[in-house]
Amino acid sequence: MEVVLAVVIGSLYGAGLYLLMRRSLIKLVIGLALLSQAANLLIFTAAGLRSSQAPLIPKGAAAPLGEVADPLPQALILTAIVIGFGVIAFTLALFHTAYMRLGIDDVDQMQATDT
Amino acid sequence: MMLLILAVFLVAMASPAVERLTGRWAGIVLALVPLSLFGWFATQIAAIQSGAKVSQSLAWAPALDVNLSFHLDGLSLLFALLITGIGTLVVFYAGTYLRGHAFRGRFFAWLLTFMAAMLGLVLADNLIVMFLFWELTSISSYFLIGTDHQREAARRAALQALLVTGLGGLAMLAGLLLMGAAGGSFEMSQLLLSGDRLREHALYLPILLLILAGCFTKSAQWPFHFWLPNAMEAPTPVSAYLHSSTMVKAGIYLMARVSPVMGGTQWWFGVLTVVGGVTMLAGAVMAIRQSYLKRILAYSTISALGVMTFLLGIGAAGAWSPESVEPEMALYAAQAFTIFLLAHALYKATLFLVAGNVAAQAGTADVGHLGALARAMPLTALAAVLGALSMAGFPPLFGFLSKELLLEATMKQPVLGEVLTAAAMLAGTLFVVVSALIAWGPFFGRTAAATAQPARETPLPMWISPLLLGAAGLVFGILPQRIGEPLVGPIVTGLLGASEPVAVHLVAWPGFNFALLLGLGAIAAGLAIYACRTRVLRLSEPLARLERWGPGSWYDRALAGLIAIGQMQTRLLQSGYLRNYLLIVLITALGLIGTAILRLESLPIAWDWPAADRLRWSYEHLYLLLTACLILMGAAGAVHSRSRIAAVASLGAVGYGVALIYVFYGAPDLALTQILVETLTVLLFMLVFYRLPGTKQRSSPALRLRDTILCGTFGLLMSVLVLVAVNIQLQDKISDFFIAQSVGLGQGRNIVNVILVDFRALDTLGEIVVLSVAALGVLALLKLRPGREVSA
Amino acid sequence: MKSIILRSATRYLFPIIALFSIFLMLRGHDEPGGGFIGGLLGATCFALYALAYDVATARRMLRVEEHQLIGIGLLFAAVAGALGLVVGDPFLSTYWTSEFPVPALGQVKLGTPLLFDSGVYLTVVGVVLMIIFALAEE
Repeated sequence: MEVVLAVVIGSLYGAGLYLLMRRSLIKLVIGLALLSQAANLLIFTAAGLRSSQAPLIPKGAAAPLGEVADPLPQALILTAIVIGFGVIAFTLALFHTAYMRLGIDDVDQMQATDT
Repeated sequence: MMLLILAVFLVAMASPAVERLTGRWAGIVLALVPLSLFGWFATQIAAIQSGAKVSQSLAWAPALDVNLSFHLDGLSLLFALLITGIGTLVVFYAGTYLRGHAFRGRFFAWLLTFMAAMLGLVLADNLIVMFLFWELTSISSYFLIGTDHQREAARRAALQALLVTGLGGLAMLAGLLLMGAAGGSFEMSQLLLSGDRLREHALYLPILLLILAGCFTKSAQWPFHFWLPNAMEAPTPVSAYLHSSTMVKAGIYLMARVSPVMGGTQWWFGVLTVVGGVTMLAGAVMAIRQSYLKRILAYSTISALGVMTFLLGIGAAGAWSPESVEPEMALYAAQAFTIFLLAHALYKATLFLVAGNVAAQAGTADVGHLGALARAMPLTALAAVLGALSMAGFPPLFGFLSKELLLEATMKQPVLGEVLTAAAMLAGTLFVVVSALIAWGPFFGRTAAATAQPARETPLPMWISPLLLGAAGLVFGILPQRIGEPLVGPIVTGLLGASEPVAVHLVAWPGFNFALLLGLGAIAAGLAIYACRTRVLRLSEPLARLERWGPGSWYDRALAGLIAIGQMQTRLLQSGYLRNYLLIVLITALGLIGTAILRLESLPIAWDWPAADRLRWSYEHLYLLLTACLILMGAAGAVHSRSRIAAVASLGAVGYGVALIYVFYGAPDLALTQILVETLTVLLFMLVFYRLPGTKQRSSPALRLRDTILCGTFGLLMSVLVLVAVNIQLQDKISDFFIAQSVGLGQGRNIVNVILVDFRALDTLGEIVVLSVAALGVLALLKLRPGREVSA
Repeated sequence: MKSIILRSATRYLFPIIALFSIFLMLRGHDEPGGGFIGGLLGATCFALYALAYDVATARRMLRVEEHQLIGIGLLFAAVAGALGLVVGDPFLSTYWTSEFPVPALGQVKLGTPLLFDSGVYLTVVGVVLMIIFALAEE
C-alpha cells in the first residue's frame, strides 16, 4: 500500500512543481497548494503506516489496546496544514494586490520592484 | 598605560560635544590631552634609560593566549613621545585650520581615536592586540582622509588607502598567527627571546613575507606606495600627523620590533634592502616631478620611508656575514635608523604644516604659482627654512646628523657597500632638490603669476606649531647628546638584540671625514639640479609615461575587474525568474540524490505487492486505489484545465482525496482539519478569482516539455525516496512516551490533541502567532493603500 | 449569490454549526476534535453568513472585531502558559483541577489546556475571518 501512496506523492510533487514554474500567477498558487498537500502526505507516509487504528485511548483505559497509528507525525502535520492555509491565503492576497496594482498577470513581466 | 589609552578613547568620543561647547578654544582644550600624555611619557625616559621594564597586563582571552599586555621600552617610548608631542601641536593647529568647518567635531573625534589607536599599537606587547590597534588606525585614517566626504576624490582616496592597507593587514594577521605559533607565544617580549627558533623554523619565509606585506602596505613601500599621494586629499593636519609622522611609520615600527628575531638572514637583508632602496629612489624621483606642495611632500615621505626600510635591512647584515663582522656596522645602521626616524618626523611635520599655511593663505598649492611669500608670511617662512635645511642635511640641523650616519652606515657594509652608498647619496641629492622646491621657490623666488589673494601671516596657532617643530630640529642638531643617551641608546640596544645597554655617543660635529665630504657633495649636486630643474624634468619625461602602467593603475584595474565579475555573476545566478531558481534547485537535487541512488546495488525497498494475488490485493485496497485515482485526476485537472473554476475544483478534489487517505490510515483529527481547510481554501480561491483574469498558455511547447520531464523525474525521485524512507523504521521512543503518558500526565484520551495542547504547546503557541501575523499581512495588503483610509 | 435558498438555509444552519464548533473544541481532549478544528468550523459558519448576505451583516453577527478575537485568543493562550510562571514552574506548565460533578454534564475537569485550546479556537476564528472578510470586501 505504500507503493500507491508513493505514486500519489510523486505525482503531486511533479504537478505542484510544474505549476510553480508557470508564468501565470493563478497557476503558481495552485501549484503551491498542491506542493503543500504533497509534503504533508510525505511526512505522513514516511513516518510509517503502522496501523489504521486512530490514536485514541478508550474510556477508562490508561493506554490504547493494540497498535495505534503514530500520533507524533499527525500532530506535526496538523500544524503544517493550518500554517499552509495561512501561507496560501497570504499568497493569494499578495497576488491579488499585485494584479490590482500592476494590471499584469504574467510573472515574467513583473520586472521592477518599484511600482 | 592602559588607562591612558582608554582615556584618550573616551576623550575622542566626547570631542564633538567638547568642540561644540568650547568653540574657538576647542583646539587648545583638546590639545591638553596629548600634552599631558607627552608629559607622562617624558617622565618615563629616565626609567627606560636605566633599563627598567614598564609593563602592564590584563588577561582578556587566556584560552586564546590573547592578553591586553602593554610594554614600554625604548622604541615604544620614542614613538609614544612622537605621537603625543606632534599630536599636541597638530591638534592645536587643527583647531584654527578647520575653524568654521562643518565637521570639525567629528574630525577631532577621529583624530583622537587615531592617536589612541596608534599609542596602543606601539605600546602593545601582544601580537593580536597590536593587530587590533593596527586595523583601528587604518579605519580612523579612512574617516580622516574622507573628512570632506562630499568630494568624490576624497572618498576614492580614502577607500583606496583602506583597501590597500586592509589587504596588507589581512596578510599580516596570517603572518602574526604563524609567528605566534612558531615562536610559542603571542607576547612580543617572549618572542624576542626566541630568535633562533624563529629564524630556523620551516615557515620562516612565509612568516617573513606575510608580515612584510602588512608593513609594506602600511608604510607605502613600492609597489604599494600609490595610496599615499592620493591620501593627500585629507586636510593638512591629517597629512602632517598620520601620513608623514605616525601612521605610515607603523610598518617601520613593526619591522624594527621584529628585527632582532626575524632579521639577520639573507632574506631579510635582500628583501628589505631592495624594496627600501627602490622605494627610496623611486619616491625621490617622483617627488621632484610634482608641482603640488603636498604631493611633493608625499612622495618625499615615501622616499624617506624607503630609507628607513633600507636601514633596517642593512642593519641586520652584521649577523649575515659573520666572517667580516664589524659590530660597529650594525651599531651605525641602528643609530642611523633611529636618528633618521626622529629627524624625518620633525621636519616632515614642519613642512606639511607650512604647506597647509601656504595653501590656506595664498589660495593655491601649486609651486609654479607661488613666490615671494617670505615678506608676507615671515614666521611660516622661518619654519619652512628650518624644516627644509634639516631635510637637505645642512649642519647644524638634526637632519645633517641623520645624513651623516646614513652614509657612514652604508659605507661600512662589507658587501655592495659602494652601491648602497651611491644609492644613499643619490637619494640625498634628490632630497636637497625637494627641500629647495619647498622652501626656496614659494618663499624667496620670483612670483610666477599673481597669487589669487594677497597673502598674510597665519594666526598664531598655525605658525607656532611648525615653528616649534622646526626649532626642535635645530635644537636636537646642536645638542644631540641631550637625547642621545636617554632615547637612542635603549632603542639601539633593542634593535641589536643586545643583552646589555649599548652606549651611544652623538656629537654635533663628527669631524672632517669621508662621509662629510659625500654629504657636502650631495648638497652641491642637489642645488645644481635645482638650478636647472626644467631641463632635468624634460629628461625624465619617459618616466611619466611609465607611471601610467604603474602600481596605481593596477589597483584601479583590479577594482574594476572585481566589480565586473560581481555583476556578471549576479546577472547569471540571480536572474529574478522563479523558474530559473527552481530549475537550479531541481537539477541539483536530482543530480545529487539521483547519483547516490544509482550507485547503490539494490534499492532498499520492500515491495508489498505479491505477484500471485494481485486481484485480491486490489480488492482489499479498493478504497485506497479509488481515492488515489481521485487524487491523480484532480492533479491532472489542476495542471491542464483552461478554466479557473475547473482548476480550483480539481484542487478541492485533491484535498478531499488526501483527507480520505488520512481517514484510512487512522488520523481522524487530520482528516477533519484537512476537509475544513480545503473548503476554506477553495472559498478563498473563488473570492480572489473574481478579479484575476483567465489562464492561458504562455510558454512555448518546448519549454513545457522540458518542465514536464524535469518535474516528472523529480516526482519519480520523490516516490522512490518515500519507499526508501518507509523502509527505514527508527525507534519511536518519543511516540511511545506520548502514547503511554497521555492519560497519566496529559489527562486526555486524544493523544494527538494532548500532544498539541499539552506536550508540545509551545509549538502550537508559535503556530497561532504565525497565523495572526499572516492574517495581519493579508489585512495590510488589502486595506492599507497610500491615500486610503483603513476601513477595518 | 443572493439566493433565497442559501439565505434561509444559512439562518438555520448558522446556530447548529456554531454549537457544533464549540462542541468539537470542548471534546477535543478526549475524542477527535480540538481547538483548530473547532475554530475552522466556527469561522466557516460566519463565512457562510458573509456569502449568503454580505460582509457587513456577518460582521454585525460577529459583534466583535476579528482583530479583537485574535488578541483575546493569543491572550488566553499566553495566560494559560504564564500561570505556571507565577508559581515558579516553567512556562506552559499544565494544571488540572480534580473532577467535580456538574449538573447535567456529569464529572467535569478543568485545566489550563482547556484555556489554551480556547485561545487557539478564538485565534483561528479571528484569523480566518479576517482573511475572508478582507478578501470578500474587495
